[in-house]
This record gives sequence, structure tokens and C-alpha cells, in this order.
Amino acid sequence: MSNRGPSTPSSIKGRLRALEGGRRENETPDLRGVPSTYRGLAEPAMDKRLVHRMMAKSRVLEERLVQMTRSGDGYFWIGGPGEEAFNVCLGLLVKKGQGPEFDYLHLHYRSSAILVAMGMDVADALRQMASKATDPFSGGRNFVNHYAIKEWNVVPGASTIETQYAIAPGTALAQLRHGGDGITIVNGGDAGAAEGDFSTCLNWVSRPGRELPVLILVMNNDWGISTAGHETHGEQPIARRAEPYGIRWDTVDGNDPVASWKKLIEVLAYIRKERKPFCLEVAVSRLHGHSSSSGGARVTDETDCMVEFEARLAQEGVLSAAESKKIREGYAKALAETLLKIREEPDPDPSMVHDHTFQEEG
Amino acid sequence: MASIAQAIRLALHVGESELGVTDIFGEDVGAPLGGVFTCTQGLEKTWNSPLDERGIIGTAMGLGLAGCRAVAEIQFCDYIFNTIDLLKLAGNSCWSSVGQFNMPIVVMTPVGSGIHGSIYHSHSFEAMMSHIPGWKIVLPSTPIDAYGLLLSAIEDPNPVMFLYPKALIRLPGEERIPGEPAEAKELSRMIDAPLGELRSKWKPSWPALPHYRIPIGKAKTIKAGRDLTVLTYGRLAPVSKTAAEALEAEGISAEVIDLRSLHPFDEEAILESVKRTRRCLIVNEDTEVTNYGEHLLRVVNTACFYHLEAPPVLLAGMNTPGIGLAWGLEEVQVPQRQSVASAMRELAQVHA
Ligand SMILES: Cc1ncc(C[n+]2csc(CCOP(=O)(O)OP(=O)(O)O)c2C)c(N)n1
Ligand SMILES: [Mg+2]
Repeated sequence: MSNRGPSTPSSIKGRLRALEGGRRENETPDLRGVPSTYRGLAEPAMDKRLVHRMMAKSRVLEERLVQMTRSGDGYFWIGGPGEEAFNVCLGLLVKKGQGPEFDYLHLHYRSSAILVAMGMDVADALRQMASKATDPFSGGRNFVNHYAIKEWNVVPGASTIETQYAIAPGTALAQLRHGGDGITIVNGGDAGAAEGDFSTCLNWVSRPGRELPVLILVMNNDWGISTAGHETHGEQPIARRAEPYGIRWDTVDGNDPVASWKKLIEVLAYIRKERKPFCLEVAVSRLHGHSSSSGGARVTDETDCMVEFEARLAQEGVLSAAESKKIREGYAKALAETLLKIREEPDPDPSMVHDHTFQEEG
Repeated sequence: MASIAQAIRLALHVGESELGVTDIFGEDVGAPLGGVFTCTQGLEKTWNSPLDERGIIGTAMGLGLAGCRAVAEIQFCDYIFNTIDLLKLAGNSCWSSVGQFNMPIVVMTPVGSGIHGSIYHSHSFEAMMSHIPGWKIVLPSTPIDAYGLLLSAIEDPNPVMFLYPKALIRLPGEERIPGEPAEAKELSRMIDAPLGELRSKWKPSWPALPHYRIPIGKAKTIKAGRDLTVLTYGRLAPVSKTAAEALEAEGISAEVIDLRSLHPFDEEAILESVKRTRRCLIVNEDTEVTNYGEHLLRVVNTACFYHLEAPPVLLAGMNTPGIGLAWGLEEVQVPQRQSVASAMRELAQVHA
């Protein structure tokens, strides 16, 4: 079922062409792409089988989460089917750990594949979906895909669109001072980039002489709920807004894990080494609509990165179609069993509703 | 004695030299100005931010999440309103992450009327702020309280909103801050930046300051009395005290309590006093509809109903879209000494 408006550029390729934009000569200095020192980097090499497994695991997780709204196991679903290809690559390249030495992640609600690739126990996402006391991120208090993981610097995810972009400069400032190569990663949607917080981020990470190591991502699915992005955003691409701030920027096809991996290697190396921001706009799909409030049904007119990647892996002789299918079915079966156990786990105790309003002194 | 501006500077000096404050920032907070009210002059960790309140609050939050200690200033509370959803996030970070991410930040901002500030330099913010759970809120009215509360705010692992009454910022205090030199001139020579050329080379010389704190959540009785209790804070605390002192001549003995902390507030002190005097007047200058004082009214009514000899009264600012520049407008829009005195007199004379 499609609710896509008639004037939408139909394919990711078409959208990327639109994102290329028409640069006029002598407009502003060209800050597109990473500087040549970082171009063509190939390490760490992409493990296509691993990327596929993580994509499959993430997809199966999201499909289970959507189903849980229908089976009465959860109230509301929002998540990231369609963003797996890019997000898995990102998750595998995150410098994972606690404190300013490591990467900070300020994530919006379509980021499950980042965390799956980082090694999250998918059962925990089910626990949050089912608002169980055992939900380690929010103890049954927040929506699914609203992560908070202290040990991995995943700061509390919130429903407020774009606020994470105003907060990200703070963790990056701490990292700049601390030294090392830890960076701050912030992601959000295309529609949300209209909020002032996006401009706040561009401004605060690019103060002359005080640039901050931040990967500013725009996950462009060309939708804000039911509003087509290209009808509400005159700027194309959005990432090019970084240019007058002196921030380097680029776009990438987020449905192509090979292109995403390559781009991320270069961009992350640049940010870690130069301690400067970079704005990357990622063309992605939205495969189950906005959220369960619009039904959460599978759409059929958008590119599916799983289908494309599996076809490619088969063609390259890396993984046969049958092997891919088996991997997905394995994850699905395990998850179904996990859900049975999670159903039996305790709900939050209402008498503890005031807990953690304040942290005790000390 | 030190003024509130000097007291804030002294506390921030202790904060950055002893308590690990890493950043003191906001619009014009850094050198050379040191804040439009000079509250951040001469400090080490100050810096000038872009003119962007959301960026200020957001960056303070990010610093807090990464283990730094930030004190952020919003130049006037009149300009804090565009940050409210970030303030909400700061307030729910610990709760929503079941204790994983506390938010150790302090936001300072001057509030209230009294400087002919017209529509956008006269706002109050406490009622609005009290609707954002997860924050502690303080509003001192004297330099020593500003000093002690700011230090407690810095040490607190939670977000603390430090409101201070802009009309009182430059007035000398009556009580000496421990470690403060005996002579006001001496303190000024030590920590007030010189004007003009000299400023660029100037460095403050800080007095040695022994450990001193005022706990968040404790009120202060600033005048004892028998006949009624006045609950107040901020600019109207000294106003209420002066009015109460004058009423002694008329045989009215009013007790005045400066709340100092609005969340948590000192319920014990309030109830003890009101049960004893059996009359309660609440005085503040925020707009009167869904005013913070209305919450105090509920607390007092619920806990003291059978002790009361008269209905408790709230004297607050008029529910107008702004405060007018002309003195005649401001004078009637927010309580002044006369209206506070009248309210006390009237309440003392009600008999059930
Ligand atoms: C500040 C704010 N305004 C409105 C909403 C309601 N809302 C939730 S998602 C959304 C659309 C976001 O679109 P986009 O930023 O493109 O992200 P996407 O959902 O497409 O990934 C809106 C309007 C919100 N959560 N927060
Ligand atoms: Mg979108």
C-alpha cells in the first residue's frame, strides 16, 4: 500500500540525482566530499556476510516489533526498516564504549540497526516494545526504539524531533577537550531538518577555531509522516546547508551498503583525525510507513535494501538466496521464542514511578 | 558587603577552582564583559556563546551527559521560553533512562521586574519552570543565599534552575559571606573589573573562601511574627520584610518567610509557621493565573485548613501580556511595598 504523493521522485537513484543539485559556478567554496587525503581509504574492509547478517537481524527485529502492535504485545511502534544498510555499516564502525574517549550517539527512533550492529541484545528491544520492567533502556517508560545505553554512550533518545542536534555539540566539546579520536554522531530525519536545532548544530560545531568532531547525519526518506519532503524543503540537498559554515558535506545512497561502508570509512576517518564536523545526507527508504499510527503496513514502492543486497550477494557468489533466507528464518524463529519468555517478565511496579526523578546526591 | 553579582562570581570561582566546573557560558558571559550584569567577570572557564538559547541549553546538556559540569546563563529569563522542550528533556533524562543518565547542569537566569524593563525584561519564570519536573528550582533574594545556593546547585547531580532577581543584583547584602573582606571597597578592588583599557590586562584576586553551603529546599524566616505568615521570595522578599517591619507600629506582627528554594520547597517550615499564626499571605510577582503561589495555597489549605482563621491570600502580578514601561503601569501591575502592606493589614483584620 502506498501513500506516496504523485509528485515524488520515484526511486532512490532519482532522489540522489535531485540531491546532487544544480551548483552554480563561483557560488561558495566547494566543500563537497572529504579532502583527498581521506579518499579511497579501504580499511577496515567490509565483511559483506557480517553486514548482511546484521541487516537481516535488524529487519527481523523490526518486523517482529511491528507485529507486536497487532498481537497485543505492545502499544506503539516506530522504527527503522529501510535504514538497515547504512545503519549497520555505521554501527560496525562506531568506536563503542563509555566516556569521551569513545563515540557518543544521539539517535532518532529509526536507529535499531545501528545498535544491532553494535551488539545489542535484540530481546531488549522487545522488552521496551512490551513496556516491561526489564527494558534496560527506559524500564517500560518510553516507546520502542528510544534507546539509552550508558556503557555505549548512547544518550537518551527522545520523541522530540531534532532536539538531539542541539545537544550533540556538548558531548563533542567534551571530546575535543579530552583528546583522542572519539566523535559525536547525531542522526535525524529530513523533515526535522527544518527545525532550528539543525541550524543550531551547524553553528555550534563550526565556530571558527573551535570546530567540533561531529558526524551530522540527515536520514532522508523524503517523508515527514504524510508530508513529502521535496514539497516542504526548497534546499537540495539538505546537507549542503553545511557549506556556508565551512563544514564539509556529502550525500550517499543509504540503500547500498557497499557505497555506505566506503563513504563512512572516509568520513569517519576525516572527523576522527581532523576533529572537524561533517554533514552526510543519506537517501533511505521507509518500508513500513511512519509508525503504527499509520498502520505500519509494508510499502511496496520503495527500494528494499535487503532484497537488493541479497540479490547482489547471490550474484557475487558470496551468499546464495537460500542461505540468506535461512539466516533470516533463523533469527525470526529465535525472536519468536524470545517473545514467549518476555511475555512472562514483570511489568513496571507502579509504586516505583517516582524512582530516578532525581539522582541521589553523591 | 557583596552584591548578588559579586556573590555569584565568588560562587562560580569556587565552582571552577574546587568543584570541577568546566564551562560557564552564555551570551556575553565571557571576557571582556563578563555578563550583562557582570556576574561572570574575571572567571577562568567563561566563554561567549552564539546568540542561541537552544544551543546554550542543548550544549550544556551534552556537556552534562559527557561528564562535564556546565553552568549556562540565559541572559534574561524573558528569552528562555524558546528552550522549554530542551528543559523538559534535561528534566526527564534521568527518569526516562531509569537512572542511567543524570543531568548535572546549572542554568542561571535573572528574573522579575523592578528595573523599568518593560515587556521583555520583566518576566517571571518560576511558575512556568515548576511545570517541568526533574529540575530543582532556587530563587535567592540576598547575596549570601545566592552564594550558598549556587554552590549547592553546582554540586547537585541534577539540573538546577538558578533564578535571581535582577532588581536586587547590585544591592549590597546585609550578611557577610564567609571569607568576604570586611570592607566592601576591598572586595570591589579584588574582584570588580576596572573599566576601559585596564580591563584587558586585569586579573581578579580572589579572597580565600571557607566551605559554606545553603541546602536546596530550606526556607529562611527573615522576620519573626505572631499574627500572619507571609510566604515570599525574590524581589518581593525584602519588600515584604520592610512592609512587615513598618506594620509593627500598627500593632500587626507579620512573620516573613523567604522560600529561597521553590522545588523542592520547605513544606515543614511553611506549615509550622502557618499553623502557628493561622493566617497566610503569599506574595510574588509572576502573573496570577496558575501562579506558583496557587500551589502553595493548595498545600496550605490542605494541611492547615482547620488551623486557619481567614482564607489564605495570594498577592501576585496582574495577568497581563506584559509589564508596561511607564512607571505608573509597572507600579500597579506587580506588587509594591504599599500593596504588600495593604494585603497584610487586610488579612490581619479578617475575623472568622
Ligand atoms: C518537535 C516535534 N514536532 C512534531 C513531532 C511529531 N512528529 C513525529 S515524527 C514527525 C516527522 C518526522 O519526519 P523526519 O524528520 O523526516 O523523520 P522520519 O520520521 O521521516 O524518519 C513528526 C512531525 C515530534 N515528534 N516532535
Ligand atoms: Mg523523513
